[in-house]
Amino acid sequence: MAEVFRDDLHDVTLHVNGAAHDVRVPARRLLSDAIRHDCGLTGTHVGCEHGVCGACTVLLDGRPVRSCLMLAVSVADAEITTVEGLGGDDDSLGPVQQAFAECHGLQCGFCTPGFLTTITAGLRENPTPTREEATEMIAGNLCRCTGYQNIVRSVLRAAEIQAGEQS
Amino acid sequence: MKPAPFAYVRPSSLSEALTALGEDPDAKVLAGGQSLLPLLSMRLAQPSRLVDINGLPDLDHVDVTDEGVRVGALARHSAVLASAEVERVQPLVTLALRHVAHATIRNRGTTVGSVVHADPASELPAVLALLGGSVDVEGPRGRRTVAAEELYVGPLETSLSHDEIAVEAFFPALGPRSGVAFEELARRHGDYAMAGVAALVEVDGDDVVSASAGFFSVCERPTVVDLTCAEDPGEAALAELEPSADIHASLDYRRQLVRVLTPRVLAAATEHARRRAHG
Amino acid sequence: MTTRLFGQRVERVEDQRFLRGRGRYVDDVLVDTHAGTLHAAVLRSPHAHARIVGIDVEAVLDLDGVHAVWTHEDLPGPMAEPLPLLIPHPALTHGRTQHALARDEVNYVGEAIAFVVAEDRYVAEDAVDLIRVSYEVLPPVVGIDAARAATCAVHDDVPDNVGARMEQRNGDAPAAIAAAPRRISLDLMIERSSCQPMEGRGVVSRWDPDTSRLTVWSSTQTSTGVRGCVAARLGLDLDQVDVITPDVGGGFGVKINHPWPEELLVPMAARALGRPVKFTEDRREHFISSAHERGQVHHVEVGFDDDGRVLGLDVMFWHDHGAYSPYGLIVPIITATQLLGPYKPGAYRVRFESLFTNTVMVTPYRGAGRPQGCFVMERTMDAIAAELGLDRAEVRAANFIQPDEFPFDHGLVFQDGRELEYDSGDYPASLHKIKELIGWDGFPALKAEAAAEGRRIGIGLACYVEGTGVGPYEGAHVHVETSGKVKVAIGLTTQGQGHATVFAQIVADELGVPLEDVEVVSGDTRRMPYAVGTFASRAAVMSGSAVHLAAKAAKDKALRIAAEALEADVDDLEIVDGVVRVRGTDASLALGTVAVLSNPLRYAFDEASKLATQFVVGDPGKPPVAEDDEPGLEGRDFYSPQRATFASGMHAVIVETDPDTAEIRILRYAVVHDCGNIINPMIVEGQIHGGVAQGVGGALYEKMEYDESGQLQNASFMDFLMPYVTEVPGEIEIDHLETPSPLNPLGIKGAGEAGVIPGSAAIAAAIEDAEGIAITSMPISPSDLFALRSRKETP
Repeated sequence: MAEVFRDDLHDVTLHVNGAAHDVRVPARRLLSDAIRHDCGLTGTHVGCEHGVCGACTVLLDGRPVRSCLMLAVSVADAEITTVEGLGGDDDSLGPVQQAFAECHGLQCGFCTPGFLTTITAGLRENPTPTREEATEMIAGNLCRCTGYQNIVRSVLRAAEIQAGEQS
Repeated sequence: MKPAPFAYVRPSSLSEALTALGEDPDAKVLAGGQSLLPLLSMRLAQPSRLVDINGLPDLDHVDVTDEGVRVGALARHSAVLASAEVERVQPLVTLALRHVAHATIRNRGTTVGSVVHADPASELPAVLALLGGSVDVEGPRGRRTVAAEELYVGPLETSLSHDEIAVEAFFPALGPRSGVAFEELARRHGDYAMAGVAALVEVDGDDVVSASAGFFSVCERPTVVDLTCAEDPGEAALAELEPSADIHASLDYRRQLVRVLTPRVLAAATEHARRRAHG
Repeated sequence: MTTRLFGQRVERVEDQRFLRGRGRYVDDVLVDTHAGTLHAAVLRSPHAHARIVGIDVEAVLDLDGVHAVWTHEDLPGPMAEPLPLLIPHPALTHGRTQHALARDEVNYVGEAIAFVVAEDRYVAEDAVDLIRVSYEVLPPVVGIDAARAATCAVHDDVPDNVGARMEQRNGDAPAAIAAAPRRISLDLMIERSSCQPMEGRGVVSRWDPDTSRLTVWSSTQTSTGVRGCVAARLGLDLDQVDVITPDVGGGFGVKINHPWPEELLVPMAARALGRPVKFTEDRREHFISSAHERGQVHHVEVGFDDDGRVLGLDVMFWHDHGAYSPYGLIVPIITATQLLGPYKPGAYRVRFESLFTNTVMVTPYRGAGRPQGCFVMERTMDAIAAELGLDRAEVRAANFIQPDEFPFDHGLVFQDGRELEYDSGDYPASLHKIKELIGWDGFPALKAEAAAEGRRIGIGLACYVEGTGVGPYEGAHVHVETSGKVKVAIGLTTQGQGHATVFAQIVADELGVPLEDVEVVSGDTRRMPYAVGTFASRAAVMSGSAVHLAAKAAKDKALRIAAEALEADVDDLEIVDGVVRVRGTDASLALGTVAVLSNPLRYAFDEASKLATQFVVGDPGKPPVAEDDEPGLEGRDFYSPQRATFASGMHAVIVETDPDTAEIRILRYAVVHDCGNIINPMIVEGQIHGGVAQGVGGALYEKMEYDESGQLQNASFMDFLMPYVTEVPGEIEIDHLETPSPLNPLGIKGAGEAGVIPGSAAIAAAIEDAEGIAITSMPISPSDLFALRSRKETP
């Protein structure tokens, strides 16, 4: 067993949802923990800490990544978006969030932030997904409550809402 | 499930990175981290130092020439997968990448990282081996090129030495009369395969000149088998392979998958080669 | 008239906070930086069976950031005793429970041995790594076969590893079978799985020295249960302990067991250290230290006539209880009784043995013994049909309890200690619907067409009955504030079922207020100290009924007060949109004003409350609060039914199997579901979807893989294969039947667990139909199916 030594602390500025958070963290601090505990943004959830469940998914420069598979020290120069950053400035729900409410796309809500971030990015890349593409979009996120039926519906509905907003 | 403590350095040049790595025999390189971080969090790996190469310049290239595809150590799977040029020059890379985990993992995970992680269950080592690709490595003794056939020593084990960093992977281009195909069977979409096969076939007219297949998730190492003259490619492959059992697939079942997938993939690659050859 | 909300697809009110990332789950409570919260980690046994020879914690205490470490010998008073056996039963002659921290012996990989509290979880895990334990490793008992063989004992003082033997009977089944014209026997197995909610367990606690009160936040399915245990073990008065259930990221049963060691250790540490303490279980811990379920082996003897009518059914089964039995015999009793489904065998006998093994303990997982029972009964029905060459649906129909036979008494005792008496149902109607929905009668033609193309497809059907809404009781408190807003408290907890919405629907209907004015709080012992918990698909039935009764009480009082103020007859009043009106006139009074009037005041605290002060209202000839009355516009009531209400349903599935790779693909999945009157169809369908997905997981993917030494081989989401979207049917076709329950005021039956129950039975039947191979063990993987094929070819 390696001898445990004291962690060196690193000063890092995390850019989350447009705000800068100056945090002092050990190198081993997972990004998921830094977002939750150091920035106090508890909307991002931790479900497995080995990158399989997707609950901790955040957007890193607009692209979904697992925040449990990253170190806080290694993302200082990136712009991070969490579930708290998906709505409008007036606290309104974004299109994906609205669609989840309309389609009953969530039950316990624990996996939901990971789905919302993933789908938000997915629809940016493909604003008019087919049902198959909608399925593929969420294929890396686990949900234990919904059986995914209404999440797939939510993706398709979000695309409609988004298209309506843009026209 | 939190990592044990480690020192962290984020060098801004390759030489700094090599120094940082050379100083500490228990140091590990962090690139995409999609395989490393779970090992750290489960404390199955406890390096004393992480050398984060994400700050190194000029390593995120995906260069495509008529020779083939050169992928830099910081190019993410998603960038390689998104390249139409990669697909044109070596479609097998694109075919295989679609099966690497899920899109979110591909956004961060690196192709070179996957190649040198040498997981016998993963797609890219088998693809590199099948195509006769190579990895360029920087170390205290300078730069060297390691051919795929010399790279894979055992499960999660390569011939790279501890103080070396893989900086680029090279996937040779697909010849004009060659074709490829890829298939894997996983329990769930996106999981590591229970067995997977990539095939490379060259034709002359309608005749098959050479045919080989790369197997992953079958044996302890990615394994390439020449099947040019095989009448029953599945059985011929099995004669060369030493499949192992795990909780997802018995030995017999894994052998069955080799039997089923090998001829299918060879047929598809042959078909592909003929289409290409006939322009 | 306001539209009645009962039965409407009302969007969920709780979603607004979840979707903004403002849910408050247990790990979000007292989030670090300012709260000074300390973090706990647990040293868990690496051995399935071992004696603890010594524990050395010296190195831990030298580690910076560590505040304290406990082992069993440090536990004070009742904390050192074994954890409670929650549900004793006379047949459970050898019930055993673990200690909060192991004393002398460990009995499964994952059993808690030491508890460390440190500045953060990282350091706490470092500390755990530094604890040195010396073990004398003992031979482990893994799996039902090993437990039955009993060459080794899990517990020295439990002979043959048998914790319980139990038998129930109705008639003389062995004699009926012996006399029957036809007989078959079957051996059927279901393997171990587990709930795996996306959020693991978690506990936070804070001791307030100023008020001598302890607050505990737990991700539990029973806040009152946790409260009782914490008070008892920490030597506190119940009144000093508040348990708050925050948002819970799924439960599915595993969080009904209590107290988990950490639910006692965290409050103990918080009190001892004078700092808030938090424990957040990680995924590996969830696999190896939170409960599993499902593992059972069954032997069936059945006698029947030429029409497939079951004359005698005799079932013996062996239940893998894991290392301990805190939740009693609930799971095997449910299998034993609910196995009967919608059928009425001529005679029935069921026996089981509950066996200890050196594995994680077993407590209910959604369905709780029913998936096994359904598998046994439905496989038996299919076997009878096969034996007789009859249509599988016809054989079922021949055995149904008929609609005019309710209430139907099976002559057995159910899991709640009450008679197994079905209240209502219409099984022939359900069968008709499911056959229509899946196209049962047209399937043979489809199958032939597929076969002509070299494809193998098969169809399966499974029926179930589920006793839902067991007692003892639930309550509700409804409070109309002077603003007109309605605050509702229920005692059971919520894990995503939409309780805040469906109970608001009931209250809004009853009180005549807009839905948005109703706020429901659940699982907070400060608001509702008398409650049982969320399990057995009971929330809608129990709390729904209680909420209805409490709202009615509040309404009756509002009308009485309003009648007096408006000088009208109560019978002429109605409440619409939060306003009490005299029908046919302009006279009205806002419900908030009624609330003001309900509370006679000496002191006005705002403009509205002046209306209730002593020189403004009241009959000087009477006391301001009548003798049989109370101040305030509130209603509180409890619902306590004599017995459970029985929901039912049928699933039909079409699968395709790959002739070469043995892959199994679900082509169609259809559900007919009868949970009585439906409060919110959107939510009920969501429950069905989720249940079906778990059923598919249980049938095709999920299985705990223990090796012989008792190590769990697949303790991660990488290897325990919960379905992603790509593994569940693209569409789940649903049809409802609403046969109201006569037992409760709203005619409701439970809906939470149903979706998972017939999954393995229906899918096994479909695979059997496609392959022509008997499927007797679930789950089944492609590798398993391939092995069955090979065995068939080379017997």
